[in-house]
Amino acid sequence: MTMIVDQDQDVETAAMDHPVLFEIGSPGACGASLSESDVPTVDRSTALPPELIATTKPNLPELGELDVVRHYKRLAHRCFSIDGNFYPLGSCTMKYNPRVNERVAAMPGFANVHPYQDESQTQGLLEMMYRLRCALAEIAGLAEVTLQPAAGAHGEMTGLMMINAYHRSRSETRKKVLAPDSAHGTNPATCAMCGHEAITVKSLADGRVDLADLREKVDGDTAAFMITNPNTVGVFDDQIADIAAIVHDAGALIYLDGANMNAILGKTRPGDFGVDVMHYNTHKTFSTPHGGGGPGAGPVAVAEHLREFLPVPQVIKREDGTYAWCSDKENTIGKVRSFFGQIGVLVRAYTYIRSLGCDGLKDVAEKAVLSANYLAARLKDKYHMPFPPPYAHEFVTVPQFSKTGITENDIAKRLIDYGIHPPTMSWPIHHCLMIEPTETESLATLDLFVDVMRKIADEAVNDPDVVRAAPHKTPVRRLDEVSASRKPNVRWRFE
Amino acid sequence: METRFTMEVPTDRKYAETHEWFLTEGTVVTVGISQFAADELTDITFVELPEVGTEVSQGGSLGEVESVKATSELYSGVTGEVIEVNEALTDHPELVNDSAFEDGWMVKIKVTSAQELESLMSAEEYKSFVAN
Repeated sequence: MTMIVDQDQDVETAAMDHPVLFEIGSPGACGASLSESDVPTVDRSTALPPELIATTKPNLPELGELDVVRHYKRLAHRCFSIDGNFYPLGSCTMKYNPRVNERVAAMPGFANVHPYQDESQTQGLLEMMYRLRCALAEIAGLAEVTLQPAAGAHGEMTGLMMINAYHRSRSETRKKVLAPDSAHGTNPATCAMCGHEAITVKSLADGRVDLADLREKVDGDTAAFMITNPNTVGVFDDQIADIAAIVHDAGALIYLDGANMNAILGKTRPGDFGVDVMHYNTHKTFSTPHGGGGPGAGPVAVAEHLREFLPVPQVIKREDGTYAWCSDKENTIGKVRSFFGQIGVLVRAYTYIRSLGCDGLKDVAEKAVLSANYLAARLKDKYHMPFPPPYAHEFVTVPQFSKTGITENDIAKRLIDYGIHPPTMSWPIHHCLMIEPTETESLATLDLFVDVMRKIADEAVNDPDVVRAAPHKTPVRRLDEVSASRKPNVRWRFE
Repeated sequence: METRFTMEVPTDRKYAETHEWFLTEGTVVTVGISQFAADELTDITFVELPEVGTEVSQGGSLGEVESVKATSELYSGVTGEVIEVNEALTDHPELVNDSAFEDGWMVKIKVTSAQELESLMSAEEYKSFVAN
């Protein structure tokens, strides 16, 4: 197999500044031919007030259909995707998205229903949602699930709102929410959105939570401890039962950020290790094509004592076996999204879960963990691993090439030349690369990645300039990220 | 990372483990981030600071420092009221990279108790903290 992308031809033929639609085409060109209107026309000056009538024509691109198709096709060819190449972007779970998901999501009963349609006409969809709800509750080891949240961060907010409702129901207001320093940035952001004060809990050198620091910071004003387990440095915190006990003793709840569920599917259940609320990122764990902000779905699972606060409406199964929407919940936090959730993403999650089954999901976790540990083991003599193995589904490395000054950024750029998407960079610890291969890559691909990484490590020592100047084979070379951030120019303007 | 050991750390101020410096003049404490922190963040592209009049508490958030690499929280080592922020950083965040200990200062806080600063590190202690 070959994954080395040969884009030399592309570099030669495509100008660096690919023209926008306004810059190509010719006056009068048009992609459609409309027949003459058989509807009587009226003078617009009699139909509209003068201030609404434009005096100049809108400046629209003028092109034939084929020109437009080629324009977008060329741009599409430049897109990087999991379907094209290896994409070990840590914490994002860029796994293969099985095509059967797309087939099912496109079925008219799922794709063409309207949210206002009568329940009697959408029984299939409602049944799917009910079954997905139950499957996610079972995987979480928790009591019940809401499918409404549109993605992970939205799930966090929904979860925290329920935690607040729980404390309020006990006539308490708790201000603080704790999270480890390895937490996703969305955790403190969610705290701020919900009016909480976010407090950082330190991690130990091995990546686990510093229990002493947790004990010191958790108190009667603590609403929750938000934890990701396995965490963002790829370590499963085996102290989780102790953590839960410390937090629960203070009357606070455990929120699990489910971003890394891929590593533990069917192997352990958050509800069994003390979690009260958690969200899934179904687009990661249960495969929907994602990246660049969506689409996602962030179902939230809760323990029995939080069930009464779940959002409404909720799909229920009636005694006669039919399904219905139910909003009859006195203590609900209300609705957190228009209509019923990201249905298309939820259909894919359900399809994925059902096509793999219980054993298949366990296999996902095992292979995801095996892949990550295999890569780490084969790279550790060339790349510094700041945390001790074993790892979960991902690991963090801090490249150390101080003699030549090659940084994680240079290595990330060089990987592009070999057709590999750069790993997550400089987070959650300084100077790191966070690598998550997922379970769907073949041994051949993993070996290729190892070869490339080892080659780059050698280049970093013996031929650093080639790494420092990378990428060499892309339509645009190393970008000026500083100017792009300080003086962003994101819009094309007419001269 | 040779720079870690040769860098200049002014001795007239205190330092936090989260790399902020705190310079006391009477009841006013000026806050910024160390040159080491600025170098680690690489090119800083945006500094978000609190509004004048904001009450801050020790260990609480003062704002955010964003670079091409990462976004870092700016923590307050003291309790008090924000009386001035460095407006120049809005258009010239690079001042933090160029002059972290002088022109790249961020916030001035009128403190209620200067004693809070005693729990922070001296220049020497910060140097060895960074070296390790």
